[in-house]
Amino acid sequence: MEILNAFFVAPFVDMGSDYIFFAEVVIAGVLTGVMYSLVALGFVLIFKASGVFNFSQGVMVLFAALTLVGLMEHGAPVWLALIGTVLVMIALAFAVEWVMLRRLVNQEEIVLFMSTIGLSFVLQGLGEMVWGSNVKALDIGIPSEPFEVGGILLNEFDLFAAASGAVLVGVLAVFFHYTRIGRALRAVADDHQAALSVGIPLRTIWIIVWSVAGMVGLVAGIMWGAKSGVQFSLSLIALKALPVLILGGFTSVPGAIVGGLIIGVGEKIAEIYWGPLFGGAIENWFAYVLALVFLLFRPQGLFGEKIIERV
Amino acid sequence: MKIKTLILAAVGGVVGLSGVAVTSPALADGEQFIPMLVYRTGPYAPSGIPVANGFRDYYKLVNARDGGVNGVKLSFEECETEYNTKLGVECYEKLKNKGAHGASLFNPFSTGITYQLIPKAPVDKIPILSMGYGRTAAADGRVFEWVFNFPTTYWSQASGFINYVAQQEGGLDKLKGMKIAHIYHNSAYGKEANPTLEVLAEKYGYDLTLLAVDHPGQEQKATWLQIRRLKPDWIFMSGWGVMNQVAVKEAAGIRYPMDHFVGNWWSGSDADVIPAGKGAIGYKSATFNAAGDGFQVHRDIVKYVYGGDAAEAKKNNLGEVLYNRAIVNAMFTVEAILTAQGKFGNKALGGEQVRWGLENLDLTEARLKELGLEGFTRPVKVSCADHETGGPIIIQQWDGSKWSMVSDWIPTMRDIVRPMIEKAAAAYAKENNITPRDCA
Amino acid sequence: MIYREAGQFKTSYATDQMMFPILQDRIFMILVIAVAYLIPLIANEYWLQAVLIPFLILSLAAIGLNLLTGYAGQLSLGTGGFMAVGGYMTYKITTAFPDLNVLIAVLLAGLLAALVGLVFGIPSLRIKGFYLAVATLAAQFFILWLFNKVGWFVNYSPSGTITAPPRTLLGIMVTGPEATAPVRYLVVLTFLAFFALAAKNLVRGRIGRSWMAIRDMDIAAEIIGIRPFQTKLLAFAISSFYCGVAGGLYVFFYLGSAETEAFDIALSFSVLFMIIIGGLGSILGSILGAAFITMVPIFLTNAPPLIGLSMPIDLQKHIEVMLFGSLIVFFLIVEPRGLARLWQIAKEKFRLWPFPH
Repeated sequence: MEILNAFFVAPFVDMGSDYIFFAEVVIAGVLTGVMYSLVALGFVLIFKASGVFNFSQGVMVLFAALTLVGLMEHGAPVWLALIGTVLVMIALAFAVEWVMLRRLVNQEEIVLFMSTIGLSFVLQGLGEMVWGSNVKALDIGIPSEPFEVGGILLNEFDLFAAASGAVLVGVLAVFFHYTRIGRALRAVADDHQAALSVGIPLRTIWIIVWSVAGMVGLVAGIMWGAKSGVQFSLSLIALKALPVLILGGFTSVPGAIVGGLIIGVGEKIAEIYWGPLFGGAIENWFAYVLALVFLLFRPQGLFGEKIIERV
Repeated sequence: MKIKTLILAAVGGVVGLSGVAVTSPALADGEQFIPMLVYRTGPYAPSGIPVANGFRDYYKLVNARDGGVNGVKLSFEECETEYNTKLGVECYEKLKNKGAHGASLFNPFSTGITYQLIPKAPVDKIPILSMGYGRTAAADGRVFEWVFNFPTTYWSQASGFINYVAQQEGGLDKLKGMKIAHIYHNSAYGKEANPTLEVLAEKYGYDLTLLAVDHPGQEQKATWLQIRRLKPDWIFMSGWGVMNQVAVKEAAGIRYPMDHFVGNWWSGSDADVIPAGKGAIGYKSATFNAAGDGFQVHRDIVKYVYGGDAAEAKKNNLGEVLYNRAIVNAMFTVEAILTAQGKFGNKALGGEQVRWGLENLDLTEARLKELGLEGFTRPVKVSCADHETGGPIIIQQWDGSKWSMVSDWIPTMRDIVRPMIEKAAAAYAKENNITPRDCA
Repeated sequence: MIYREAGQFKTSYATDQMMFPILQDRIFMILVIAVAYLIPLIANEYWLQAVLIPFLILSLAAIGLNLLTGYAGQLSLGTGGFMAVGGYMTYKITTAFPDLNVLIAVLLAGLLAALVGLVFGIPSLRIKGFYLAVATLAAQFFILWLFNKVGWFVNYSPSGTITAPPRTLLGIMVTGPEATAPVRYLVVLTFLAFFALAAKNLVRGRIGRSWMAIRDMDIAAEIIGIRPFQTKLLAFAISSFYCGVAGGLYVFFYLGSAETEAFDIALSFSVLFMIIIGGLGSILGSILGAAFITMVPIFLTNAPPLIGLSMPIDLQKHIEVMLFGSLIVFFLIVEPRGLARLWQIAKEKFRLWPFPH
């Protein structure tokens, strides 16, 4: 009885009695979820357009942030460093297409996946070789003062990050739906061969997608890098994005956002209200279990394309 | 064609690989070989770089200033481990037999690698000096003949932290009913302080909350929400790597009073406070070596190692917390060799002889002064049974640009920690069929 | 010329379905195993301890994963978790029953890992492809968390680290610090040789064929009478058994002492890399892939000093990492189906040599 009470009654009583704190937990979960989504978005973009599960997205986040900080350390003003980093990420997209993708057309998913692992090793070595392995503070002037609203502590930085995440998704949605390139991208995502036969240049599309993913990586790198400083560990953030990605579906931009929110709120509530019962630090596996539960009902993720199987 | 090139490449690779084991540059017979397991790359490089530079510079200094240890030159070689246990073992195997007499000793600078090497040490007859990390139970020299962890351990440190809190609050009796939280890296290392804090909680009646943070620790919102609700009077943290930087930032983010937030000695380096910027001001950490570059040893390093180029020395982390800690470690190493030379003669020594030197090390205040390290760390006297010495800790504080000392040397609670150590060592001895030696 | 199968007639089904139908293959196989057993005579401790032992153990884990991913088509990223079950359970069994033979303890731990694998394999009926990775990742993170958290698994050692206690086999020390590298090498090699042949045997039979049918198209397989649920679960169980045994060996015959960090997600990924580089659906490929992933970095680390290049150790490491990544991409471009495929092509060429036309 006591155990049942501890698991099924006490946490809810706790939530209800200290509802301001509960609200704070939910808000923190939402804000963290958006941060996860930022990383997951990069995966989605590339998977959607080229069917590649891009293992190197985490390292791309690190690489972009390192480049930005590195340029700033060499005296470039923020705007110049940002432009420079974007150019580097575009150059990277060209290089990836030339060296890797065009030579691996039509290979199995798992082979493409593996090739991005090779890429992640190269980027990791290159980034550290050029910019060094020290922790670098990233300060591009985002405000980060905490303030209180009705007893709930908020941080300007978290709000800013969430807002830029929302703007990014909005821009991407508009880009996909209303521009020529966006339509081409969706066509490629839908059917490579059909897209080729109506004259959509596949390689250009790939370059564009990888460039955009690089820029999304830059945004993620700025947000996460401002928290922890820019350092190697930034690339491990991809692991936090995996459950989000799987939950939302590999092919859906809104899925990445909704998935991020569910995982973010879910893991915070679990850690704070149920974590002590298990001895703490449960949020890592809980995120996966949560994603798993959703998948049992929708095996293609919340917003993924329905998997149709024919014999 | 493709096949042929591939086969050729493979054959070339195999031939090259087989050469690895055979050729290793021969060392002069008269040199004392010291292996260095370093991590200049990988996730923990920000901590590994100052450590590696500190070791290297001190050994270079001994060679350049004193012409070696009693004329015996030190030779040293770095091997990159990325703080990875598997690579650490590979480095160990590669370096352990190098030099005329094999490796003098190993300073793994990683708890994981230390755990790997502890069982190997008695077999390979190479001592391990895990200075303030690794297996705390190794302080019992009767069971762990080959492992040393002086000047002090995690358990002693935790008791020192409680002593510090008591000092600040006005006595150990004031601890009753206080709320203390321990935020720890969810690994063998992070959990070390828990048993001590629990025992002391029982004794002094404070409320202890243990909060685990999973590796790597980039996302700690949940932990800090719990802190916000709990409002502990003091926070102790056993963090490592990116976890420290995020924790300091989050603490500032919830406006936790930073001067009540104390890291352990691996959570208080220069890299840990930089990303939080102004928010980190006031953050404290325990340590057993002084911060800053104002000591004679630093002037010597600039002079002998960098040829007077102070800017270059600064670039190589001179005076940073972890750099200074590596200096302490390197100094212990050299002094142990010196002690061993007192018994075995002024020549290059093997692991067994260096072990004797470590066990009979008696570092006095006068000797520290001679080395240009007065006030830098505390005297140490190791003995057969006691490989730890339970030395005192000191609290340092970040003022926005540098770390500085804000307390006296704070004693640790020997009477509580030592029995715990002996119990843990006895359990290890039983599990591994070790008969403790007699130190009487 | 030497490698020809002309004249080798199969006169019964049994000979036609042998594991190695060609005489030269059989001879070659026996030679390889014989040479492998003689290696301790020439290799020094560094080679055995730092290179060959981890290579053999990871080969075993890679074979396990290849059975699941390469043969049965179920992607798994839980290898590290299943290996951890093997490692921790071997520890628990040997310390609870000190008189039990340590090899039996390893096998028992493998069985427990198989059970765990079975449980985490259940979602595979509904979830497929990359999405299935989530179920196995849940296993990975949950298992490690459990071993880290619950003191019972580590006999309440305060730091949560397990140490392999010394045990003997036929009067010779096989585990613990006193066990010499050659002895441990031979034990591990025996395990690998036995289980590699067992796997080879398994995949040519009914079970292996049903796995491949499921992999190639599960709906079609279902229609021809293969039960997907049982078949997939069996694949999870057997694969986890292999991983569990590998995990037990990893702690007891290689590391000697371990914390959960030794089995983290990086290990799961690197075993996956092994089978992709080596070749999905190939036992030999698993071993070649393990050789590639474990030995190439060591070679790259040691190569520059050999040719007289000396550079700062961090720069060298960065270049090494980049080279390693480039090599992976290079091999995938040259032969996407893995090193095992290259080996096969080489054999084809050799068959015709010296008259290729």
